[in-house]
Amino acid sequence: MGYSAFRIVREALTGHRGWKPAWRDPEPKAEYDAVVVGGGGHGLATAFYLAREHGLANVAVLEKGWLGSGNIGRNTTIIRSNYLLPGNQPFYEWSMKLWEGLEQALNFNAMVSQRGVLNLCHSDAQRDAYARRGNAMIMSGADAVLLDRDGVRRMCPFLDFDNARFPITGGLWQPRGGTARHDAVAWGYARAADRRGVDIVQNCEVTGFLIEGGVCRGVETTRGPIRARRVGVAVAGSSSRVMALAGLRLPIESHVLQAFVTEGLKPVLPGVVTYGAGHFYVSQSDKGGLVFGGDLDGYNTYAQRGNLPVVEDVCEGGMAMMPSIGRARVLRMWGGVVDMSMDGSPIIDRTPVEGLFFNGGWCYGGFKATPASGWCFAHLMATGDPHPVAAAMRLDRFRTGAPIDERGAGPQPNLH
Amino acid sequence: MIIDHPLLGPRDIAEFICLGDAVLIERPDPAAGDAMDRFHDWLHLRDNPAGEHRELWYHEHGDRSWLVVTRDTLTHEIRRVELARDVARARGRGV
Repeated sequence: MGYSAFRIVREALTGHRGWKPAWRDPEPKAEYDAVVVGGGGHGLATAFYLAREHGLANVAVLEKGWLGSGNIGRNTTIIRSNYLLPGNQPFYEWSMKLWEGLEQALNFNAMVSQRGVLNLCHSDAQRDAYARRGNAMIMSGADAVLLDRDGVRRMCPFLDFDNARFPITGGLWQPRGGTARHDAVAWGYARAADRRGVDIVQNCEVTGFLIEGGVCRGVETTRGPIRARRVGVAVAGSSSRVMALAGLRLPIESHVLQAFVTEGLKPVLPGVVTYGAGHFYVSQSDKGGLVFGGDLDGYNTYAQRGNLPVVEDVCEGGMAMMPSIGRARVLRMWGGVVDMSMDGSPIIDRTPVEGLFFNGGWCYGGFKATPASGWCFAHLMATGDPHPVAAAMRLDRFRTGAPIDERGAGPQPNLH
Repeated sequence: MIIDHPLLGPRDIAEFICLGDAVLIERPDPAAGDAMDRFHDWLHLRDNPAGEHRELWYHEHGDRSWLVVTRDTLTHEIRRVELARDVARARGRGV
């Protein structure tokens, strides 16, 4: 039964006895048409679009822990499509369009809130770069507004405009950007996929791949072997470890990214604001906490916690941009493990093992990509061909000299 | 994390920059027949283990030495710190 305002009223009048679990807890079958490894946002979205767009109902999502226990539950919830390069921007804009219709498509309130994303600039050169980026965004069908200093001041009067080293000279604003409720995205996709017959199998760790004559025929799991005609891996954070089970080495390092939430405050931030002179971004959750983050810790790690120098660096960025943030107390901080690829861009591609597909290397930008990632990965798994907006996200792009290096930092994951 | 520098003693990681996997000091021979493949693998592909990992750290805000640090990526525990120079010499490189 679907969710609706009428349903809420009816349940309220009947003691809320009609609510059922949002998805089943099925035993894994011996064989599926397609298996998706990883029950995070990207894996669940992939399963949903496999079922809805490609008519594959005999699909399983295998999750090592509980559903949504990975990066979908650990991010700073920002959605935006303000990229520059042609290999990236159309993809992220497609994701933005899917976000805009997500709640209707899933019949689930994911609290998609298009409050706008504002990137600040602090020099003439940076403003020129933002003008170029804005034009690239508009060419992909996205929206972008170049603001001058007064425009930024009208929107965010609390920023430190007269900072001695980095005075704010303007900003690039994407009105359609914003935030979404990250857990609800996982739950919404899970419920919608389940309703289309997808088996979501939790507590089922993949321990190996069934590879016969160079062709992937399924996976070994802690709940027994599961055969499948195609297997897609979407386990960002653990990509290297899982793909090593199939004998593959990836252009990926695992790094920790920390995030922070303050105590609840009255509404102060109109949308998402990012600092252009350092690395700091902040938004305000619907509960009132300021949600913010900055750079990676910068070294390989699988520990889901960071170290204090980066905490200091992030807070310095916040204080330089928005001095009033110093009055707020940080309630929580946490670290998530992310795939850092060699050029800072993701990979959605076939692998050298036939029937085995890979989706990973999202660096720390995976959340905003969730719908398009699932859409394109489902397209790849169902048809065998890459989706046009993800065609540049090749696994072999370093060998062929076609990296997608938004930051221009070269093959150094901790700089992207 | 504290890195126990072989010459200077314990130092906070804020003084260092991490370059990544220590494989980067094993630069392939550009004259080899399969140099293209070797350089691709060396520059772009990583083992990325969960556990013991050897990596290069640069003491930028200190004596500007390069270190090979053996660290557990699951616990942040640092097991061994060597001068990269000594590691290269032990492999017969340098003078």
